[in-house]
Amino acid sequence: MLIPIFFVLNIFFCFGLKYTERKVVILDNKQYDKKVKDASPNSPLLKNCVCAFVIGGLICLIGEGLFTLFSYLGQGEKESAAWVCVSLISLTAALTGIGVFDVIAKHAGAGTVVPITGFANSVVSPAIEYQTEGRIMGTAVKMFTIAGPVIVYGCSAASIYGLIYYFFLGGNV
Amino acid sequence: MNRTGKYTVEFSTPPVILASAASVGKAEGEGPLKDEFDIINENDGIGSDTWEHAEAELVNQAVGLAIKKAGLMPQNIDIAYAGDLINQCTSSTFGLRNLDIPLCGLFGACSTFALALFCAALATDSGAARIAVAEASSHFCSAEKQFRYPLEYGGQRAPTTQRTATASGACVVASKGNGVKITKGILGRITDYGVTDIGNMGAAMAPAAARTISDFLNDTNTKPQDYDIILTGDLGQIGSKLFVDLMTEEYGFDVSSVHADCGNMLFDINKQDVHSGGSGCGCSASVVSSKILRELSSGKLKKVLFAATGALMSPLTAFQGDTIPAIAHAVLLCS
Repeated sequence: MLIPIFFVLNIFFCFGLKYTERKVVILDNKQYDKKVKDASPNSPLLKNCVCAFVIGGLICLIGEGLFTLFSYLGQGEKESAAWVCVSLISLTAALTGIGVFDVIAKHAGAGTVVPITGFANSVVSPAIEYQTEGRIMGTAVKMFTIAGPVIVYGCSAASIYGLIYYFFLGGNV
Repeated sequence: MNRTGKYTVEFSTPPVILASAASVGKAEGEGPLKDEFDIINENDGIGSDTWEHAEAELVNQAVGLAIKKAGLMPQNIDIAYAGDLINQCTSSTFGLRNLDIPLCGLFGACSTFALALFCAALATDSGAARIAVAEASSHFCSAEKQFRYPLEYGGQRAPTTQRTATASGACVVASKGNGVKITKGILGRITDYGVTDIGNMGAAMAPAAARTISDFLNDTNTKPQDYDIILTGDLGQIGSKLFVDLMTEEYGFDVSSVHADCGNMLFDINKQDVHSGGSGCGCSASVVSSKILRELSSGKLKKVLFAATGALMSPLTAFQGDTIPAIAHAVLLCS
């Protein structure tokens, strides 16, 4: 009599143990999202901001220096500004070509993206990358994959502003 | 072969890994495993005109050397299972096009190497092949080009990102012979926990790894401590932490003492600029084909449960805002 009772109890005990061992609690997406956020370190915001400020500022300083230089060489205000753009774009293109720009940009972040250097780099880098697919289907087609949206929305914003300026703010064409 | 439990396959005559080889790029060759790899290329161009050809060359190097180390010729191989990250399995196809081996191209994202080993074991155990090759590769530059930005683009990476390994690993698997045995295998189920951040693949893949490994442990009625290492493919630092947590929280297995991750082993996380660790098919392929199989052969390790994880999104689905489906396949390697 005792043996079957012991046997039955034993089975229950085993199942009980098994159940606690193999308890499966699947997290829902929200719970997991919270877990991922807790586990993932944030970008070092303060360091990034300081680097962006310093390097971005330095680029602007170079721009100002060039502006003064071109003005000194007898260029007007508009012409000097254009020469500054051309110089910074050429310099960025050259630095991108020799593989230095991305090393600076890794530390500078927004400091190199926001000035015209970021735009130049975003055009030159795919042009280099895709030259293996040929001058037309590679370089030319892919050249604006990153800069394209900036051009599209930049031109759109300028057009909208122009219309508002013309119709409502009494601007002259 | 038999099915054990719901998902696991047990090979009746465990296929044997006769030889393996790993070929890697410069950064991988400067990492902690530099003495383990067979071929370390001095630069990532590997004497090729395009990044795709460079990766194909890695494939060719690893497969060629593994076959040579097994004392065989390419014509002795009945099937090659190979895969990579590039569209249309470019690197595998172009890397093997001169070897004249019947090819089965695979895609499992970063889980490809475990998938290839599983397929090779199935083929050799069933008799469909006498000798098969399992191979997987990835290349940092070709992956950046396809999935992210041009190399010279100046951007900052989030600390959660991982570096795609420039590496290839190949194993020659035979139905008989001497070497490390593949005794069991499991194909994973697609697992999607709603992660959309393609800069945090470890987080997307950790639930898949936890599901496959707990399925395997339940099917085989074993516990984590029965294995020397439970080796995940490329979860990196963040994914590994999530994986260990999920194993405990969801499935009630404590793997913390036996877990290792190829993505954490391939690079020196503190010294090399790889953020959360290594990734890519070549990451686990090269680590398993070098250090792990060597230590299994020497008897230092006895049982390694190798589960490679893959994030199965494409750049297209990422832009469409879809979540990242992940998968993990595993094979049990025994000395």
